[in-house]
Amino acid sequence: MDLGPHAAFIWASYAVVALVIALLIAWLIADGRQQQRRLEQLEARGVRRRSARQPFQDGGTA
Amino acid sequence: MTSIWALIKRDLLLAARDGGATGTALGFYLIVIALMPLGLGPDMQLLSRIAPGVLWIGLLLAALLSLGRMFDTDQDEGVLEALATGPLPLELVAAAKALAHWISSCVPLAILAPVLGLLLNLDLAAYPILVGTVLVGSPAISFLGCVGAALTLRSRRGGLLIALLVLPLYIPTLIFGISAISAVVTPPGSLEASLLLLSAVTIASLVIGPIAAAAALRAQLG
Amino acid sequence: MQTLTQRLANPTRFMELSRRILPWISGLAALTLASGLYLAFFVAPPDYQQGETVKIMFIHVPAAWLSMMGYLIIAVSSFGLLVFRHPLADVSAKAAAPIGAAFTFLALVTGSLWGKPMWGAYWVWDARLTSVLILFFLYIGQIALRSALDEDPALAGKLTAVLGLVGVVILPVIRFSVDWWNTLHQPASVLRVGGPAIHPSILVPLLVMAVGFTLLFFAMHLKAMRNEILRRRVRSLTMAEVERAARFEVRTAE
Repeated sequence: MDLGPHAAFIWASYAVVALVIALLIAWLIADGRQQQRRLEQLEARGVRRRSARQPFQDGGTA
Repeated sequence: MTSIWALIKRDLLLAARDGGATGTALGFYLIVIALMPLGLGPDMQLLSRIAPGVLWIGLLLAALLSLGRMFDTDQDEGVLEALATGPLPLELVAAAKALAHWISSCVPLAILAPVLGLLLNLDLAAYPILVGTVLVGSPAISFLGCVGAALTLRSRRGGLLIALLVLPLYIPTLIFGISAISAVVTPPGSLEASLLLLSAVTIASLVIGPIAAAAALRAQLG
Repeated sequence: MQTLTQRLANPTRFMELSRRILPWISGLAALTLASGLYLAFFVAPPDYQQGETVKIMFIHVPAAWLSMMGYLIIAVSSFGLLVFRHPLADVSAKAAAPIGAAFTFLALVTGSLWGKPMWGAYWVWDARLTSVLILFFLYIGQIALRSALDEDPALAGKLTAVLGLVGVVILPVIRFSVDWWNTLHQPASVLRVGGPAIHPSILVPLLVMAVGFTLLFFAMHLKAMRNEILRRRVRSLTMAEVERAARFEVRTAE
């Protein structure tokens, strides 16, 4: 595909966008897995939510 | 009314006793401006062209220096908490502190600016406009700056973080201040429009600044 | 009769709902972007002024638009936190910041790569690029403030919300002043996209890409919010565990 004399700039732009988005998605997935794993470990240790502590603040867990 | 004046006077006295803050800001301003020709070459024509911008930016940075201390000394002595629960609304307390900052930092810098203009071969016609725009625009520096000071009260990274948060907010003041000076030095340009816009930004900051600062303080003192 | 935001206020319900929606939004985003890319590369003709480099616009313009939308999300979330104390407001604001900042970065980079063939320089101080740069500073400020207060997430949420609201109020003023500044210093002829009117053969791929990227943003934002909710659960449970251990030690010590 002939993209003219400035083809390198066009490819570079699309490459950068693809790279950054790929990194974002990878981070989101990996972070999610990590939190899920930690949650499972904690629940396996018998830590329950709504322990006898004070109510959680806004933005915290339900 | 008297309690606000008492607050302002107290801050001014503190600033005067610890003369260091004002003096440091002035010294910083001087050094930064002196660095410019050293970095850019002594070409007088070039310097006079960039003088308005450089003088304004140097002033912004120098005023930034003393912002961190606005609520700092009070917090250490628990005075801030006393003020928060006192009769004065926290917004007025923040406004009083911003005003004190303006008097103790921005006004001395505004007086120094034309002197430093000599170093940069500032156009003669620009001198009165320079002082005028700085006096009209610098309250925005103090009043928007107090938001930065309030937000970084508990933060270890203080000074640099304030600069990061607050410098983008100064951009309109900077632009309108410079355009006013340019209007006089390199016509055509609209001096009136620039000054009007500059004043508008300052007036808006007189309202937004204290409200936001008080909200930030309340979140941290409550 | 609850509003949507009220119904979503419960994090558990939000997790359930988002779990079901997320695959659909992601799939739709991928589909739309794929069609957009096809249109961009196989249908859209070269611009009569810019040649093929107009194709960069298909990603630069959506990136710039999303950088603004991201900050709008932060602003609305900040308002929701400070005024309505909505439980998920802070989660939304925190999740939006890095994604919005990434798109702002992309807008700047693609703008630069577009500028070089167009205007001969990797950076020009035109009104739009300058405004995006300043928006980038605002994002950095948000992220920096939040990270400086990471020991107290609740406080961090409130303070970044204040910063966000101040920022969104000043943003139009900044935008206006930058436009003002730009007309003062007339730059070398800034080419307008596609001349006086954008031809539909260029407009359609642009819109499709814009919609696709927007869906992608929403998908990522949802996922980031889910991660943040999980993170906060982990934090609460960890603190609860520490507290229980401490109480147990006290009891056994007595």
